[in-house]
Amino acid sequence: MSGWLVAGGGGGPVIPNFGKPNGCLKNNGWFCADWVREHWGDILQPALVQHIELTLIAVGIGFGASFLLALVGFRFRVFDLPLGAATDFLYTIPSIAFFQLLVPLTGLTVTTIEIALISYTLFVFYRNIVTGLRGVPAEVLESARGMGFTRRQTFWRVELPLAMPVILAGVRVATVSTIAIATVGAYFLYYGLGGPIFDALGQPDIFRTELVAAGALAILLALAADALIALLQRVLTPWSRIR
Amino acid sequence: MPTQAAELVFDEATKVYPGREGAAVDHLSLTVPAGEICVLVGPSGGGKTTALKLVNRLIPLTSGYIRIDGRQIGDYDVTELRRSIGYVIQQVGLFPHMTIEGNIGTVPRLLGWDRKRIRERTGELLELVGLDPDKDRRRFPAELSGGQRQRVGLARALAANPALMLMDEPFGAIDPIVRARLQDEFLRLQQELRKTVVFVTHDVDEAIKVGDRIAILREGGTLAQYDTPQRILEQPADDFVADFVGRDRALKGLALRTLGELELSPAGGDDGLPRLPADTSLRDALALLIAERRAALLVVGADGSPLGIATREDLLT
Repeated sequence: MSGWLVAGGGGGPVIPNFGKPNGCLKNNGWFCADWVREHWGDILQPALVQHIELTLIAVGIGFGASFLLALVGFRFRVFDLPLGAATDFLYTIPSIAFFQLLVPLTGLTVTTIEIALISYTLFVFYRNIVTGLRGVPAEVLESARGMGFTRRQTFWRVELPLAMPVILAGVRVATVSTIAIATVGAYFLYYGLGGPIFDALGQPDIFRTELVAAGALAILLALAADALIALLQRVLTPWSRIR
Repeated sequence: MPTQAAELVFDEATKVYPGREGAAVDHLSLTVPAGEICVLVGPSGGGKTTALKLVNRLIPLTSGYIRIDGRQIGDYDVTELRRSIGYVIQQVGLFPHMTIEGNIGTVPRLLGWDRKRIRERTGELLELVGLDPDKDRRRFPAELSGGQRQRVGLARALAANPALMLMDEPFGAIDPIVRARLQDEFLRLQQELRKTVVFVTHDVDEAIKVGDRIAILREGGTLAQYDTPQRILEQPADDFVADFVGRDRALKGLALRTLGELELSPAGGDDGLPRLPADTSLRDALALLIAERRAALLVVGADGSPLGIATREDLLT
């Protein structure tokens, strides 16, 4: 679990223990089940758990922050353009550069990774929430008003539920892309599935089994998250699939 | 609102949109007696929809008054006012994410009815508007046809048993055959419910068919005539009204009367005349005589028994 520093340059990081120097490391084939079995408990599983944690926190906080921003941009149109532009801008920063920029401020910590990941989710969340809320048909809003919904009731009972398909589509995209980008954070800090990936890449001869195993876990995690949110969409918005 | 149906009064009601020249509704004064259907009709720019939306304060009055059972609309809390008025619009505006039951129960939920009462009311209303309380209850609006959706819209507006209904071109987006059926059903319902209804349309024929009284508005939102359909057809107030109801207004007038209202000459045996029920309109009867090149017809009762003979002249006088 400890945060090994696997930076490319400076100061010879501690090479993690690959266990008994068995055939896996010597042959260095594309995939060696023995190594995976042996190191599931001390390398892969902790990395996977960390990765899920990274993603949940980034998506959760990112969604919350975007929701508040989107409310402002939705209610007061003047703020929509600048808020949209700001989230656009954050998204354009290359991830490696973003992590690097944050290191002087927040150090080589998980916080640094989270800040960058959260920033990336804002772009998708903000756009989708605002677009979803704006997409509510005018006649639906008129009938809500005419029947005596207050403004708050209109938002919670009509606008937000009707925006859900678009919002959930955003959650899907943001979650999957966060899982992918989160691996890059391990360039600075051994954390998440990026840890074993950079670790493998750091070997003189690239340790293939570790690279493939950690990479595959990241892909499977992304697919699982995608499927889970797709299921959520079906359950939460059954009406949107008609027609 | 205290009574089953409310009296609605427009008193010099005026709406001027800021930055626009002239009024949209100009000193409109008229009274809709409780339990009657008042149709607002006129060319576009006549302010019919504006006048309608003044009533539930979707559009604020510039000057003048509107009173429901003597109480000014401005004295109501605005959400309370709207919840007490049924509102139906052309595009229906059903909530796509709610089932039919959820849609119909909207205002009762806002008013805090308990679940059981809402459920019962929903079933009652589905039946009333000709939908299947068991099958259609759980469906979503996207699963219904245009005509069915408008029925749900009507049921939703009736849900909390309002004393006043506002209907803005409710059948405007529906094909002619279904529209005629919905009009008939609406009139049948009204026989039972006796609501006060303000009904906007741009279709003179619909106005004549549906209205107990018709208010014809001209450009600039002034009232050209407010009268029963019969009197509007027979005694248009001016050229604008005569023009608006059309050259065929005499024929339209025939559509308002039925064979049963005529003085019939006694029927003498079966003389091979075409037989028509007493509730046939004079217009349809005349059309039949022309098509069959006949001079007279036999009027029969609901049970098929002959009531008497009507000639072409009888129809036209």
